Amino acid sequence: MQIYLPIAEVSVNAFLLLGLGGMVGVLSGMFGVGGGFLMTPLLFMIGIPPAVAVATEANQIVASSFSGVLAHLRRKTVDLRMGTVLLVGGLVGAAAGVQVFAWLREAGQVDLLVKLAYVLFLGVIGGLMFVESLNAIRRARQKGPAPRTVRRQRGWVHALPLKMKFRTSGLYISVIPPLLVGLLVGVLAAIMGVGGGFIMVPAMIYLLGMPTKVVVGTSLFQIIFVTGFATLLHATTNYTVDMLLALLLLVGGVVGAQVGTRIGVRMKAEQLRILLALLVLAVCGKLALDLLLMPSELYSVGPEGGH
Amino acid sequence: MIRLLLALLLLALPARAEEVVAALSQDRVSISTNFDGSEILIYGAIKRDAPPGGPPLAVIVTVAGPEEPVVVRRKARRAGIWVNADAVRLSSAPSFYAVVSSAPLETALTRIADQRWRVSTPRMIRDVGAASVVEDAASFRNALIRIRRDEGAYVRDDAGVTLTDETLFSATVALPSALTEGNYEARIFLTRGGRVVDVFATDIFVRKVGLERFIYVLAHERPLVYGLLSLALAILAGWAAAGMFRLIR
Repeated sequence: MQIYLPIAEVSVNAFLLLGLGGMVGVLSGMFGVGGGFLMTPLLFMIGIPPAVAVATEANQIVASSFSGVLAHLRRKTVDLRMGTVLLVGGLVGAAAGVQVFAWLREAGQVDLLVKLAYVLFLGVIGGLMFVESLNAIRRARQKGPAPRTVRRQRGWVHALPLKMKFRTSGLYISVIPPLLVGLLVGVLAAIMGVGGGFIMVPAMIYLLGMPTKVVVGTSLFQIIFVTGFATLLHATTNYTVDMLLALLLLVGGVVGAQVGTRIGVRMKAEQLRILLALLVLAVCGKLALDLLLMPSELYSVGPEGGH
Repeated sequence: MIRLLLALLLLALPARAEEVVAALSQDRVSISTNFDGSEILIYGAIKRDAPPGGPPLAVIVTVAGPEEPVVVRRKARRAGIWVNADAVRLSSAPSFYAVVSSAPLETALTRIADQRWRVSTPRMIRDVGAASVVEDAASFRNALIRIRRDEGAYVRDDAGVTLTDETLFSATVALPSALTEGNYEARIFLTRGGRVVDVFATDIFVRKVGLERFIYVLAHERPLVYGLLSLALAILAGWAAAGMFRLIR
């Protein structure tokens, strides 16, 4: 069934969009990532104009994250206090990121910078996560099912002032690291046009030392607000949010997110992490190849003032 | 503006022995939610006082979408990676352009006539000043034509017009599903020996209707309301899905 999208001004198959939304929704619920880093390139591939794809994707992430967060809230796996601290940093970062984006656009080559940022961050995070979870699995196999001893190191993160109790995460740490993590993710989210979950999740696990179970729900919680903010910015400045496209994607997405959350609960944390790492590395590899191999079409056509 | 120009050019034509009389199957295209492209039939006859004669006759039909400036970029290898290097701004190019004719365009139209009437696709694209930016401006224009032809936005068919007894003609032009709003101009050229004898021009109105129109207008005239509505829709859908799944379990 073909459907004409009023803002994107293209006609696409409605079932294709529902399917794409569902697929990315499952991943979103499983890993606590918004799925923007997957969906946005997929939308480009089916012929949605990039500006519309990025803006509409932000709107869709709001829906799938909200659906996921409700499931996590019921399971009490959302650290609301940590989420709020991250969010404060995130909103400041997103506002700054929009400015950086505008500044880069004037300097030209924003397209390349976004791609390089993707390759760099996806590569580093995916690689680190892959190695770490592989080691964790190996350790678990060697020691057998013996309960792991508390291995919380007291690093520089614990030496900072302004300490706060995060009961759900079982942490008593300074608010400065989560604020900085939120800020960084906000900046990157605005520049790269994604929710930033794929950066947030590993940062929470490895930098803040939060338990993996709480990480997913908390990440989703703050993604709702950051992407909601981005949707409003895109809608009011660029008029590029396509409601019909968002609706089709999110109907598939919210259902997928529910399914994904249930799959995620049944899986071991290490397995979950290794799968996310592989996914991140795959997208990174694809983007890197695009930059390194000679493209089949050297020319591209864009509207005036676009990028 | 274009039509005024056409009228002026027509005055400059030699006394007409042959005239084009034409009509379209529809002069209005409504883009609704289930819009999946549209076919327009263009038909007509050649009116004349004397029996036909003279150099070979040809009919050329063109349909042009709204014109807008575009930027064409070319990638080059810099420090091992492929980046956008050169960019050329083309001052105007139609969003859609179809040329169908009863004979190959090269024989149906002389180069001078093509230049004057802007019939072939390259002539429809204006690249004023492009040559001063890069050395090979023409390759950028050709790239635009190639890309849009692959997308189905630029069409050329050298045998698309059926001409019967040098009097009756008909042609169909397929408008793609990815259509932009605006006034599309249909032109019908009658040529003899490559020289334009008569021109007929008319507009096709392409408009969004119903839900499409509502969403488009809201997004552009009340962006804040539209943005908030989009968010509300997202939250509602997320909540409904979560609630539904809880019921199922």
